[in-house]
Amino acid sequence: MEVGQMQRRLAEFTKSMFMEGFLDGQFLQLQQLQDESNPDFVVEVVSLFFQDSEKLLNDLTLALDQQNVDFKRVDAHVHQLKGSSSSIGAQRVKNACVVFRNFCEEQNLEGCMGCLQQVKQEFYLVKNKFDTLFTLEQQIVAAGGSIPAMEITSF
Amino acid sequence: MASPSMRWIDDGCNVDGGNPGLTREKLFVLVVADDALVRKVHEKLVSKLKVAKQVQTQTAANRKEALDLHLSGSSFDIILMDMQMPIMDGPEATKELRAMGVESMIVGVTSVDATADKEAIVEAGLDECLAKPLTAEKIKYLVETLERNK
Repeated sequence: MEVGQMQRRLAEFTKSMFMEGFLDGQFLQLQQLQDESNPDFVVEVVSLFFQDSEKLLNDLTLALDQQNVDFKRVDAHVHQLKGSSSSIGAQRVKNACVVFRNFCEEQNLEGCMGCLQQVKQEFYLVKNKFDTLFTLEQQIVAAGGSIPAMEITSF
Repeated sequence: MASPSMRWIDDGCNVDGGNPGLTREKLFVLVVADDALVRKVHEKLVSKLKVAKQVQTQTAANRKEALDLHLSGSSFDIILMDMQMPIMDGPEATKELRAMGVESMIVGVTSVDATADKEAIVEAGLDECLAKPLTAEKIKYLVETLERNK
């Protein structure tokens, strides 16, 4: 596949991530922070998000598995996950966290368990999407091409 | 420049996104946040802004690090204080910095729905409050405020 085709494929894939709600405008802000002095900034930040989030999801699973669930502790974890997902523009994860926090406030265990599954699902969905995105970028760079800047008005 | 009144800025509603230009020679910013991702993003956001001829940033992961920096003689124009740190670190760190005589602009960074934080923020002595996510426009507004209050 030639570079131009790969670049178009990347642009379409990125656009679909926005159209399907996986990403919001905050991700564009993140991309704008990347430059020659920090060419891997987005990958580094997103990788940090995945590392932190996997730990938070494990902590949440444990916290909800307790005999006496500490909903404040659960809420604190969800709050953190909401903050970091918001920071990278992972909109669907963030939205799932918003619903989760409501159930924490109500101390509704069943609701929280359902939300945990939802958050995990959204997390792994967006993780797969990012894996594909970064693979496409790597392929373009390996073929000698550059990553085109995302146009904000394109969707 | 601790001021008794505190402004709440969210989603850029109160931000005119004006351009302070390069009237400022230097800008020193301290980012205080326990989350490494937040520190990385906020530090990069600030360092990329062309709001001064020279922009320098430093980070602290908690209240102790922020205080130690000041005790060792560092001073900053703006301190971005994450309010979501555990054990009320954000408001406590702010109170302690003010008690030390720190007059920098201290800005609380919190989530829009954290209404409980607002009281802690006002009580702690913050100058401004920003809702996450932090954006270039919001930070430019802070620098404009800094210039206006010089």
